[in-house]
Amino acid sequence: MYKQIFFAFKSTLFLLAGAALLFTTACNSAASKGENSSDSAAANTVRIGVLHSLSGTMAISEVSLKDAVQMAVDEINASGGVLGKKIEPVIVDPASDWDLFAEKSKELLIDKKVAAVFGCWTSVSRKSVLPVFEENNGLLFYPVQYEGEESSKNVVYSGATPNQQLIPAADYLMSAEGGGYKRFYLLGTDYVFPRTANKILKAYLLSKGIPKENIVEEYTPFHHQDYQTIVSKIKKFAVGGKACVLSTINGDSNIPFYKEFANQGLTAATCPIMAFSVAEDELRAMDTEFLVGHLAAWNYYQSIDIPENKKFVAAFKSFCEKKNLPGGAKRVTDDPICWAYTDVYLWAKAAEKAGSFDVDKVRAALHSLTFDSPAGNVKMDEKVNHLAKPVLIGEIKPDGQFSVIWKTQGLIDPQPFFSLTAKK
Amino acid sequence: MLISAALLLIVALMELLLKINGIKSGKQAGARWVWPVLLAGMVLFFAIRIATDSSGTYIQNLFSGISLGSILILVSLGLAIVYGLAGVINMAHGEFLMIGAYTTYSVQLLFTNVLHVHSNNWFFIAALPLSFVTAGLAGLLLERLIIRHLYARPLESLLATWGVSLILIQTARSLFGDLTAVKLPEMLAGGWQVTPGLVLPYSRLFIIGLTVVVLLAVHYTLTATRLGMQIRAVTQNRSMSACLGINTRRVDAVTFFIGSGLAGLAGCAMTLIGNVVPDMGQTYIVDAFLTVVIGGVGKLLGAITAGLGIGIFSKVLEAFFEAVYGKVLILLLIMIFMQFRPRGIFPDKGRAAAD
Amino acid sequence: MQLKPAKLVNILFILFFAVVLPVGNMLGWVSINSISLWGRYCCFAIAALGIDLIWGYTGIMSMCQAFFFCLGGYCIGMHLLLKATALQGQALPDFMTWNDITVLPAFWQPFHGLVPAVVLALLVPAAVAFIIGYFIFKSRIKGVYMAIITQALALSMYLLFLRNETNLGGTNGLTGFKNLLGFDLYKPHVKLGLYLVTLAMLCLSYWACYKMVHSKFGKVLQAIRDSEARVGFTAYRVLHYKLAAFVMAAMLGGLAGMLYVPQTGIITPGRMDVRASVEMLMWVALGGRGNLKGAVIGALLVNCVYSYFTSVFPQGWLFILGLLYILTVLYFDKGFLGLLEKIGAGIGIKTNPERYATGSK
Repeated sequence: MYKQIFFAFKSTLFLLAGAALLFTTACNSAASKGENSSDSAAANTVRIGVLHSLSGTMAISEVSLKDAVQMAVDEINASGGVLGKKIEPVIVDPASDWDLFAEKSKELLIDKKVAAVFGCWTSVSRKSVLPVFEENNGLLFYPVQYEGEESSKNVVYSGATPNQQLIPAADYLMSAEGGGYKRFYLLGTDYVFPRTANKILKAYLLSKGIPKENIVEEYTPFHHQDYQTIVSKIKKFAVGGKACVLSTINGDSNIPFYKEFANQGLTAATCPIMAFSVAEDELRAMDTEFLVGHLAAWNYYQSIDIPENKKFVAAFKSFCEKKNLPGGAKRVTDDPICWAYTDVYLWAKAAEKAGSFDVDKVRAALHSLTFDSPAGNVKMDEKVNHLAKPVLIGEIKPDGQFSVIWKTQGLIDPQPFFSLTAKK
Repeated sequence: MLISAALLLIVALMELLLKINGIKSGKQAGARWVWPVLLAGMVLFFAIRIATDSSGTYIQNLFSGISLGSILILVSLGLAIVYGLAGVINMAHGEFLMIGAYTTYSVQLLFTNVLHVHSNNWFFIAALPLSFVTAGLAGLLLERLIIRHLYARPLESLLATWGVSLILIQTARSLFGDLTAVKLPEMLAGGWQVTPGLVLPYSRLFIIGLTVVVLLAVHYTLTATRLGMQIRAVTQNRSMSACLGINTRRVDAVTFFIGSGLAGLAGCAMTLIGNVVPDMGQTYIVDAFLTVVIGGVGKLLGAITAGLGIGIFSKVLEAFFEAVYGKVLILLLIMIFMQFRPRGIFPDKGRAAAD
Repeated sequence: MQLKPAKLVNILFILFFAVVLPVGNMLGWVSINSISLWGRYCCFAIAALGIDLIWGYTGIMSMCQAFFFCLGGYCIGMHLLLKATALQGQALPDFMTWNDITVLPAFWQPFHGLVPAVVLALLVPAAVAFIIGYFIFKSRIKGVYMAIITQALALSMYLLFLRNETNLGGTNGLTGFKNLLGFDLYKPHVKLGLYLVTLAMLCLSYWACYKMVHSKFGKVLQAIRDSEARVGFTAYRVLHYKLAAFVMAAMLGGLAGMLYVPQTGIITPGRMDVRASVEMLMWVALGGRGNLKGAVIGALLVNCVYSYFTSVFPQGWLFILGLLYILTVLYFDKGFLGLLEKIGAGIGIKTNPERYATGSK
């Protein structure tokens, strides 16, 4: 008897919960429908999509980009919006699930009818959404350095192409100023960016007269945590002198790698690590005293000393503090964050220039556009949706920041399809 | 190395042959002498290699293996005890590891920002017991709220604890953000320079030492205390223990506290070599399960053997193949091993173990 | 004629998915995007039927169903990619050119034709399941050991597929599909067609599973679930039955993966990680295991919840999903369907419940 009453009670509760869920769902969809109608009637907002993983393995990197986009949107809205309209970001969570990226981009483009989408980090997520954007003629702003071999008219690649990051870094290391290194250990996480990056690096190094036996290539799985064996291999390699590591290790594997590196007694003086995927945001979590002197190649650092950047850094810190985001005022900016932020401005500026949110018109307006980004003045290429920008080599300081020790002359033009002969 | 791989292959083939022929007695005999002989062969092989090894590579690999093994032991120890007692597969075990790591992180923040302690050694000393207690309490809570209802349905406990682990991960993510790491205490920075080519990091030596201490403590608790006796009794026969007046519910709760606490301790130790991220537990959970399963459920000695075995094997393999193939190979080896020992190295014996 | 509620549910289900949705799409009420989405959920439902067969009816917790799903997916994906490459006038898929491969690897050759690709998409998972299953069941691994071993297998295969040396695209998997049998995959009517094919396959699989579990064969499976030892004593070859169920589950997984890939446009190893397989178990547990309808409904429901809440509560959807899992296991051990039937019984609707799984050992 009691059991039955208890069961009746439980099922009533469950039904109530279900009903509440349905009700909120209905309200929500009604609300969004209401927005739709007010949208088309008053037409005072324009929607953009934000497609960054907020959960799962990639959240570690992508959450900061979502924050940067949000901040740029707030800034633009505070100064009157774009073409007289306020920007309304639609934030979804693709949950580091590559299939879900495609699904969510369909939802953003078809159901939510966004004017542009800002998102993706990994190349697989970009590859996953690419057909959707091409099919629906959407516009994706992709803020992360990538492996090249792709240049879609529906994607704006604001991160570095291989020649805007890898080649200057290799040049620097081989130069007398950089230390004249002659032996290279190419270490990466096993996915397409490190694979392609190392292929390009290897070809380039060979063309510069580095003998084959002086180049070692190795890959670890995603989220690899145990670098003992690899570090001892590097150590043996470094005994020969004039050796350095070119690292394309991704995300959370970096901390165990650097910790092991320091613990086994290797230092930047004996064997520096040139990292292509470690920026200030990753360093925030590391024990930086062991990292001092190691290098990175990017197009932007928080320490760049120009007014645009000072304003940007201060704004980002106060934004994180005000919104009570984890980390608060201790948050830092880095290369992808800078481009995620710049992307929104590029889009807004192009839309203003085109006088429309139409994708084709915005794209046409984007080409040759210049913008005073936190990294300095950058210029959109005339033909492809890539940025021309400076390349900087940074050295890690004890406070987790980089000091810029070397800089390319002027802007480096993007070269999405890399070939040795195409290099100037 | 190649010799030992070949040896293993030969033994595996021999066992397979015996198995296929269905010679039951032969299989038993094979099982009895083959593995110890193999183990002795491996030890001998390594001893020779180490003795003749000038560059320190083999010692390095062996050390790496022991270090990885001790981490696996730390992580799987709690799992083994809980599983042995209640038969519950706790998918959220990795998340207790995460709780321990975040406790360490919070203690560090507390010491540097609130208490203004300059030396960063003290926080770690304080964090060790605290992470045990925090994770233990979280485990206790989980047991009281959810797992208590699932003792009769162990396989389904896997699903419920999976849900718990989703919730815990997201909670950590919204509380701490995604990117945090603990600063290495000064006393554990650097390493012991044995030869110019061989450095044994203090942090890893510490973890190995911690594992030994924890193992001794758990062994003492299980064999020499009243509580340990009760735990072993309930593990062997729950209803009989209850008849004899043991409060099995209390034993369950305490065991869960200890098991989760051990995971928390492992998490605290992990901050020395890795990062602190919300889903750090997921990296280790499959390996930990494998360790438990191979070792034989609920056996301390099994967990040690399996943990060290997996650790050393994967490091040795990794030295010859790339890391991924090392991992795939070790998993394949485990699958082959399970063919001969479907219930682990030290299986339960007797009537109760049959079904 | 009086309709039994169970039949009524079937008819309503088919009516809604086969008539209401497509007609709605033609009238412009339902976007083609939602249709594709339902198509993908239907694929998951087919995979869930496989899980139900092996777990719900035979009592074997297999944690590598997502691996079989991906095997089927990769087979058809290779075919689609070869077609797309040929359409662009290239000899090799893009990723191979980057990896310095000059000749198409031999194991890619059979996938030029659609028929061999489809046959292989079913046969490869079946063959792999047969080999693994034979060794696992032969050495009498069961219960938790079975779960962990299959989980380890899924993990090691996941790691292997992540490698670029396997010539299967590494982390990025296979993508950039263009057409199937000459139909452009991005045309709305092709998407609708794919959806209908998927739905038909779902109904067919359901029917086949239904017949199977109600046959003598199915009864033996359930007997194995309830007491393996006793079935063995009554001179049934337990190994053969378990193996058959495992292979069939794998084939259903392969079929599901095969239908899934053309509709999603990408297949990556991410689909077969440890999480993916556990989630498939969750669908069945949530819907009601040991009940074929439960598996289908669970898969559809959980995926709806997943899609919906990742958009609506991007920060909090994991809480909702996690809570749902815990509540289901704690209070509704017969899943969503069990709950509905209990409520139905409470208010006087007579149902014809299928046999449920008893609590496993």
